[in-house]
This record gives sequence, C-alpha cells and structure tokens, in this order.
Amino acid sequence: MSLLVYIILILAAAAIWQLVRVVELSGKLKGVDPNRVTESDNRMQGRLMILMYFGLLIFCLWNFFAYKDKLLPVSASEHGVELDWLMEFNMYIIAVVAIVTNFLLFYMAYKYYGRDGGRATFYPHNNKLEMIWTGIPAVVLFIIIFFGITLWNDATSPAAKGTRVVELYSMQFNWKARYGGEDNTLGKSNYLLIDGVNELGVDSTDSKAADDVIVKDTLVLPVGEEVDFRFRSRDVIHSAYFPHFRAQMNCVPGMETYFHFKPTITTAKMREITKNPEFNYVLLCNKICGAAHYNMQMPIRIVEKAEYQKWMEATKASGSNGNPYYAKK
Amino acid sequence: MAAETHLHSDLHAQSLEHDAHAQHDHHDDHEHQESFISKYVFSMDHKVISRQFLITAVIMACLAMVMSIVFRLQLAWPGEKFAFINWVMGDKWGKDGILDQNAYLALVTIHGTIMVFMVLTGGLSGTFSNLLIPYQIGARDMASGFMNMLSYWFFFLSSLLMTVSLFVESGAASGGWTVYPPLSALEKAMPGSGVGMTLWLVSMSLFIVSSLLGGLNYIITVLNFRAKGLKMTRLPLTIWAFFVTAILGVLSFPVLFSAALLLIFDRSFGTSFYLSDIYIGGEALTQTGGSPVLFEHLFWFLGHPEVYIIILPALGLTSEIISVNARKPIFGYRAMITSILAIGFLSFIVWGHHMYITGMNPFLGSVFVFTTLLIAIPSAVKAFNYITTLWKGNIQFTPAMLFAIGLVSTFITGGVTGIILADSALDINLHDTYFVVAHFHIVMGVSAILGMLAGVYHWFPKLFLRKMNKNLGYLHFWLTFISAYGVFFPMHFLGLAGVPRRYYENSAFPMFDNLQDLNVLITVFAILGALAQVIFLFNFFYSIFRGPKSEQNPWNANTLEWTTPMANIHGNWPGPLPEVHRWPYDYSKPGTEKDFIPQTVPLKEGEVDGGGH
Repeated sequence: MSLLVYIILILAAAAIWQLVRVVELSGKLKGVDPNRVTESDNRMQGRLMILMYFGLLIFCLWNFFAYKDKLLPVSASEHGVELDWLMEFNMYIIAVVAIVTNFLLFYMAYKYYGRDGGRATFYPHNNKLEMIWTGIPAVVLFIIIFFGITLWNDATSPAAKGTRVVELYSMQFNWKARYGGEDNTLGKSNYLLIDGVNELGVDSTDSKAADDVIVKDTLVLPVGEEVDFRFRSRDVIHSAYFPHFRAQMNCVPGMETYFHFKPTITTAKMREITKNPEFNYVLLCNKICGAAHYNMQMPIRIVEKAEYQKWMEATKASGSNGNPYYAKK
Repeated sequence: MAAETHLHSDLHAQSLEHDAHAQHDHHDDHEHQESFISKYVFSMDHKVISRQFLITAVIMACLAMVMSIVFRLQLAWPGEKFAFINWVMGDKWGKDGILDQNAYLALVTIHGTIMVFMVLTGGLSGTFSNLLIPYQIGARDMASGFMNMLSYWFFFLSSLLMTVSLFVESGAASGGWTVYPPLSALEKAMPGSGVGMTLWLVSMSLFIVSSLLGGLNYIITVLNFRAKGLKMTRLPLTIWAFFVTAILGVLSFPVLFSAALLLIFDRSFGTSFYLSDIYIGGEALTQTGGSPVLFEHLFWFLGHPEVYIIILPALGLTSEIISVNARKPIFGYRAMITSILAIGFLSFIVWGHHMYITGMNPFLGSVFVFTTLLIAIPSAVKAFNYITTLWKGNIQFTPAMLFAIGLVSTFITGGVTGIILADSALDINLHDTYFVVAHFHIVMGVSAILGMLAGVYHWFPKLFLRKMNKNLGYLHFWLTFISAYGVFFPMHFLGLAGVPRRYYENSAFPMFDNLQDLNVLITVFAILGALAQVIFLFNFFYSIFRGPKSEQNPWNANTLEWTTPMANIHGNWPGPLPEVHRWPYDYSKPGTEKDFIPQTVPLKEGEVDGGGH
C-alpha cells in the first residue's frame, strides 16, 4: 500500500516537472517569456483575491456558527460573567476590524489589477489620513484597556478577609487540595518535611495545621461562597486551570500564588444548563510539566452549602482515601 | 556598467579587505586568489553568505514541518497507528506507529525552536539582511566580511547541534520552546531535560553568537557604508526594517544568553537562580531562594523583541514588494519609518504580557496591558498604509506580490487576536490554550513565512541570477494561503473552549470530546499545506540550476540592487559605487514616461525628491 503511495507521489512530481518544461518550451517557441506577468494573469489573480476573501469569510463564519455552542458554557463564577462580557465586547470589535480591513485589502487587490498601458496614481502620503488611523485605533484601544484593566484589578486583588482558604498542591502528575479547616488558616509547610505520608510537607508543629483537611480525589466547594485559592508546587511549574470558572494561575515551586473566585452554579445546575447529565467541572494542568501533563486533573464538585458541610464532616471523620488528616482532636 | 574613472572617494568611504582590489575596477574577482573553500565555503561575500543562510533555513524548515505533521497526526487521531510516524520516529519513539508521549513533547519543543530561531530569524534576517543591505545601500560588502562569515558558520553549527539533539538516547529537549525551569533544569523531571536540554542550550548559545555577529555587522554597515547621497530618509524600508531589527537583536539576545547561562549553572553547578523548595524523584533538592519567574522574565525579555525581530524584516520586504508591484510609492514612507521605530522601542516594554498568570504582581500585569495595546497602534498604521498603497495602483501579480498581500491579510487577522490576549483579564482563560497557538502561528508561522517566501520569489534573480517559475509560484501561493487559514483559524475555537497547549491528546477530558473533529480539520489542512511546500521546493531547487536566466531589473524596480550586473561580482559593482539622488519610491511619478525612476537617476531641474515633506 505504501509502495503505491510512493509511486504515485513520484509520478505526480514527474508530471508536474514535465508540465513545467512544456510551458517553458512552448513559451520559447512562441518567443514569449512564460514567466512574464500578463494582464490576463493579473485579472485572474485579482479575481482569485476577491474570491478568496469571500471564501475565507464564509469559512470563518461557518466555523463560528458550527462551534460557538461547543465552547465553554456560561461562566460558573461571579467574576467570569464580567470577563465573558469583556470577551464578547472585544470580539465584536476585532471581528469588525478584521472583516473590514481584510475586505479593503482583497478588494483593492481585485479592483486595481494591472492593465496593459495602465498607470498607478502617484500618492505618496497624506498626514491627515495617518492621524485619523492612528487616532481612531488609539481611542478604541484605550477603551478596551480601560475595561480590561478594571476587570483585571477586580479579579486579582487579594481576597477579602475571612474568605474560605483552599490550597491546591500540584505535583507530577496530580492535584491535592488542602482546606484551611475551622481556623480557616493553612498550616505552614516545608518541602523538607515531605515524605510518603506527609505528601504536602505540612509542618505539624504549627498549631494552625492541626485542623487542615487534605483531599485527593475531588475538590468539593459550596456554591455562592468566595474561595481564596493558594497554589503551591512540589516539583516544576504547573498551572491550575479552571476554564468553567474563568480562572487560571501558575503553581510555582518556591512561592505561593493565589487566585480567588466565587462559584455560582452547582454541578447539578450546570448539568441541566448543558443538557449533559455526565457534565463535571474539572481542574486541568495548563503548564507543560512532563509526560503526563495531558492527564493531570482533579474533578470539581460545586454543591449546595448543606451538602458541602455533610461532605466535609464525612471527609474529616473517615480521613477518606487514606489521606493524612491532622485533626488531633 | 560603462567603464568610468575610478573615484577615490569610494576608497575612503569603505575600508574593506576587498578594497585593494577595487582599484582594478574593470575586472571581477579572478584576480583575487580564492580557493574553492574560501569562495564557496568560508566565503566572506555577503551574497554567498545570504544563500548559505537561506538554504540552511529551508532545510531546517522542512525538518520542523515534518515534525509538525507527526504530532498533528497524533492530535487528530490519537491512538491510531501511522506508518508515517514509525518511519519518521523509528521504533523507539514511534513504536507500532504510535507517537511516544515524551517524544511528542520533544517534537513540539524542537519544532518551535527551529521555526522561531533557525527559520524565521536566521532564514529571514540572515538571508535578506545579508543579501540586501550592501546591495541596497550601495556598498561593496558588509563592514566585516569575516564576522559575517563567522555569523553563518555559527548558525550552521547551531542548526547542526539542534538536529543532532533529536538523536540522543534520552530524547531531545522537551520542555516547550520556552524551556522554563525547573522542568528544563532537572533531568528527573523529564528525560529530555538531560543531555537533550544540554545540547539545546549549547545550540542556542551558538545561535545567539551568530545573531550578535550578524546584527552588529548590519548596524555598522547601514550607518557607515551608505552610498553618496543615500541619507537615512532615502533608505528603502527594507533597510530600515533590518536596521531596527538588528538593534533589537543586539540588545535582547544577550539577555537570553544570560538566562541560558544561569540555567546551565543551575543544571550543572548546583546554583539556585531558578530553583527553590523542590522535591523530586524521592528527594528534596538543596537549592533554595531562587525563582523560576526570574527565568521567565529573562526569557521573555528576549522572547518578545524576538517576535518583532521576526516580523519586522518580513514587513520590510513586503513594503518593497508591494510598492514595486503596485507601481506606486509605499504610502506614508515617513509614517512607516516612525512605525518601525515605535514598534522597535515598544517591543522592549511589553514582555510581561507573556507572564500575566505567572504569579507576578498583578499591578505589573496592568502596566504590560497598557504598553502592549500601545504597540498595536503602529502595527495598525502599517496595515492601513499597505492597503492604501494598493489603492489606485496598477498591480502586477507576481508570485511575490501574492505572498506580500497574503502577509498583510494574516498580519491583520493574527494581530487582532493579539489584542484579545494582550488584555490580561481575557488572558486568564486563554493563556496556554490553543488560542495562543493560533495567534502566534498566524502572525509568525503564516505572516512572517509568507514574507520570507515573498522575498525568495522577488529576489531570486539576485540570489541565483535566474527566475522561479511563475505558474508554480501561483499554485504554491494559493494552496499555502488556503491551508494556512484552514489550519489556524479553526484553532482559535479550541482555545476558546479551553483546550490547553502541549497536550499529547485531548481524550483525557470528556469536555473536549465534541471538538475532536476540529483537530481533524486542522490536521487535514496541515497535511495539505505541507504537500504544497513540495511545489515550492521543486520550483526553488529546479530554478537554481535550470531556471530561465533573469534580466538585470526584472521587476522594473528603483533600488540599487537592480543596478548590479547579472553575475556574482565580488564588490557588487564592477565600476565605481552608485550615487543616489532620490528616494526609492518614484513609481508612476507624474511627468515621467516610464513608471519607475531608479534611485541613481539625478533629479531634473525643479524636481522635488518625493521622500521630502
């Protein structure tokens, strides 16, 4: 089978070569330079240009309509709703710019294809025009920046005091979550304390560590409550990516990074919205971290407050999945 | 050229080793004793060196392109066996026709490295700065032919080493072309971070040396060796672009070198520039106090100017090609120069937009949002100026012109998605997804490559004294252009849907299941695009040997390179150097019969030079 493919490829190459020779030689016979660009070439290429524009436009629109409902569902976080608005706002602007400027480009190429005996118009500059198309983009971009920086500020300012603290600890190739416990404070950690049992290197001499709850299998959170995530990494840079919540933050060995958001839609509700009874939120790793980077995940469940409390009590009681649970009481 | 009295001012203007021979201006280089080695291998002639850069870059591009097909096959049809994969990757990395996971990461890493550095920097700047700077400024050669020769051979060694690194047992560097530590610092983190990464670092160090040697040469030559009458405001935009690009390179590549050097220290000498609090392979490493974010700053301090080092030459070539083929002056010559300078300057203060979610201070992020959106303005001005150059032109659609127009289209399309990514708030959900991959491929992998191809088609007569086949050129363009949009436009949707980069496959996440046909669509277009390049390769190599001999000025252009004879002469002009009397863009000037006036033609009584304001 592959021999056939090679033979076909070689024959195709030979055919093209011969075609080229034929055109060259027939050009020589006619005394015409086959490589000279003629008016007919220009007309044809001009037409192909405008055809390409419309073909491209159709292709892009088709892409958009075919896939716009296969993207992410509605934002499951509070700040994410505003980010989605900002995205749509920006997308409209850039779509208009790209569609219009590309049209002008391809249209000019089509309209002004070179005619024999034609002559271009000598028009070297127009400073007023330059001012206009420097000024208008500048104004539009400033508006974009204004909204962007405002929303970025809101999203990245430190969480309010008393926000539920959850640490996400990343390593090759899984995630573990550590809840702050009753005192809502994470106990200190030290990488030198890491061993088979103390996987997060929690410093058990720190009294704040006593009530920390470590969970390996699923991150469970109550809906409608802000969470102050702290990120650490054991080995290399990972990235905590929560696409449904419009949240992402690198996990860097040697430092603690943070990001906070408020989940607003429970898993059950999102299953209804997406009409997918198997839907689950998930945490992905989004910074290349090694061979299994593509499968470093942790499921996330957003539940009603009552269910969350029940789950937390059960987790504390069972020390589920053999996790070290430092509740001394 | 007519035999003229040799003007001594030439000798004073240029102080090159060739100059002693320039006295014998009626002869070419037969008097200059050269062996095969000194003439064709370790040549110090800018024209030979530019061809060397081009051929090396073309070969490296083919290698990197084949790699991309391998990993695109894996992405579109994960788990499917492909004889092609086994053929390329061998039994170790492509056993049973399935790509190994570590090898996948190595492929994307080396693909990126080769394309960004060897092809788009070496192949664009190296080829065209070398070819065009001495030609277009009316110089015999570069300021230092020796440094220039070294610049190529360091480039060659760098490329060779990068290629060799693919064959080491533990695999090539695999931490992405951005090679962030600790992943790239620790062999225990991934096998490619062993010998493969060491070779990557050595190769890149050699590449940086090559770039610096070249860049210094270009700057000095442009500043000091311009022909009589060629003031800076009469320079073709190609030269402005190469000049500013060289400055960017000279200022930013050393920072990458420092990043690489510190990484070498962390890898081999126990230092902790980038490493702290790491537990890996069952042991706690002793390093503390360092930060990977330091590497990211140092890397991107080069990394961002690097993308402008890539696109500015392509834009410069496009300015020339569009103007010549539209038979009109480039619109807004001064504004174009200002844009190049603005882009050059701003490119140094935007690097943080690659780092919004690294954990750096969010306020710093805001600063970079501001500066990044500023840089969109001169870029937009350039795009509008290109379009206005076409308006009321008399467009000659050579293959080069098609590629140049294609560059403008993809520069616009790719540029606007950059505006989305520049917005840190929007980057939160798009960082490291396929939206980023789509963006940078459209501006670099398409736009800049189209520029390089435009340059090859347009200056082929100067490179190889022949012309490339026009019809094959047309076919090559349309297949490439269509495939390029076909590959990279749909990719944006993968990113918007949250699909991360550098994932071996997407099947670990059910949320991506309904997007798999996008991956297939992309791969199909990628294969088509790759096959289209075969047409180019055939045309390119065939025309070098059997292409029709070209006339001296096949495109009726004004710039100085078209006044040299159709032979490779040491010293470029057999007689005295040309004198320049006007700017390069007198196309279709009213009051002239021909629709072009070369720069060497003196101004008539009362004629105003078009470049003045």
